[in-house]
Amino acid sequence: MSVTPLDSGELDPGRQAPLPSTQPAPGTPEAADAAFDELLSPLHELHVEAGALFTDFAGWQMPVRYSSDLAEHRAVRTAAGLFDLSHMGEILVVGPEAAQALDYALAGKLSAIAEGQAKYSLLLARHGGILDDLVVYRTGDDRYLVVANASNRAVVAEELRDRCSIFDCVVEDESDDIALIALQGPIAEEILRNVEGFDLPGLDGLKYYHSIAADFRGHPVLVARTGYTGEDGFEFYLAPERAADLWEALIETGGGSGLVPAGLAARDTLRLEAGMPLYGHELSTSIFPVQAGLGRVVALSKEGDFVGRAAIEEGPAPDARVLVGLIAEGKRAGRAGYPIVVPDGAQIVGEVTSGALSPTLGVPISMAYVDPQYAAIGTELHLDVRGTRVPASIVALPFYKREKTS
Amino acid sequence: MTEPATDLKYTADHEWIAVDGDIATVGITAYAAEKLGDVVYVDLPKVGSKVSGGTVVGEIESTKSVGELFAPVAGEVVEVNQAVIDQPDLVNADPFGDAWMIKVRFTELPPLLTAAEYAALTV
Repeated sequence: MSVTPLDSGELDPGRQAPLPSTQPAPGTPEAADAAFDELLSPLHELHVEAGALFTDFAGWQMPVRYSSDLAEHRAVRTAAGLFDLSHMGEILVVGPEAAQALDYALAGKLSAIAEGQAKYSLLLARHGGILDDLVVYRTGDDRYLVVANASNRAVVAEELRDRCSIFDCVVEDESDDIALIALQGPIAEEILRNVEGFDLPGLDGLKYYHSIAADFRGHPVLVARTGYTGEDGFEFYLAPERAADLWEALIETGGGSGLVPAGLAARDTLRLEAGMPLYGHELSTSIFPVQAGLGRVVALSKEGDFVGRAAIEEGPAPDARVLVGLIAEGKRAGRAGYPIVVPDGAQIVGEVTSGALSPTLGVPISMAYVDPQYAAIGTELHLDVRGTRVPASIVALPFYKREKTS
Repeated sequence: MTEPATDLKYTADHEWIAVDGDIATVGITAYAAEKLGDVVYVDLPKVGSKVSGGTVVGEIESTKSVGELFAPVAGEVVEVNQAVIDQPDLVNADPFGDAWMIKVRFTELPPLLTAAEYAALTV
């Protein structure tokens, strides 16, 4: 048999070496050699001990899965999963004019968020395309933490430096000095409350897309109620040398209640079910935010200019494709790059950007860009799955939404 | 990972072959199953179809990858494993046993690898 890597996006475990080429087993001398020119997470040894399969991911060796993608996915939906996201980029913007600088540099109105609040935003190109999607945390009156995709870290840091240079603030790429762990799932809060030595004074009132400064065994941790799975959960930003301690404490606390370490494969199917875009798949420099359903992320009402404003106001061509969700018949998933055709002909009217057999729903789900006249909910189309036509219909995103308990 | 069984023959494409008279039973190895991850879909050829060695005869799809099943020998497909089509996770649970894929009646066997030769490929 041979294996075709399905996708090439940021979180894409399909990037693992295709069979029959072989990857060195963890712990072998070959693995040590391979590791020499790879970036390793501060949690790498723990992942090796846990039996993780690794993938190269934006130059990092990151866990694809520990045992089973599906088991890890289900654990996050029903209990909790623990993700190492230390490869992601963290860029600090600090100074008296940090808020104004980010209003100019990014699509959103970051000056409008309060200290302790977070906002999903976009770094736009001048021509209106998307250079990266970001989560921005306001951690002080004059301090912001911008979290970028690993593959775009350098671009984001460079653009922010350039765009913020006319303001009174400094831009520092702190990625090498910040590890990131995500605890996601319905029992995430319960686990967090029981971790020994975690001092979380603000946890009671901590709402979604907010963060607090906390202390784990004498060391500072930024605890944010954010995530990329469609579940409740937390993300922890801390010094790399403290990461293993926190990881082990979380596993120790939650392991008996169903918490498992989860890899990038589960992360990808979780975000797909939750209808969340992935840079390199749903988002790129040739996609305008409005095409991706992210028009609301661009604050056209904010005062003053911002990078990309003129192009966004003009908008994409009227026939530009738009992002939709598709549910197909059978069990075969439409995957990134597969064409979408009209049911009664050969006309190609779209292309899949992400797809999988949904572990939660049991049906093949895909996100895709289609011509706008085919984007209405209920429209019947065909996926071309490696030469076989599979009927599929357009559905509203997200595919999965958790039941909110509070 | 499960060691390759010594009573089977192997291909460099990570398939195993059990020979009984002129019938070859074909499956994928534990190494391949582990690389694929959780298998969610298996597509196999029809009974009676003629296959030539090295051609694609089926698909094994996991949550994150699509694998192609090659016919390691030329001949006629005499049986396909409906159980693995109905329950694709058998590929992960028992790749060398319950998750056999097809049985092919052949006239000539191509050169195949021993368990030791195959194991050397996957170190």
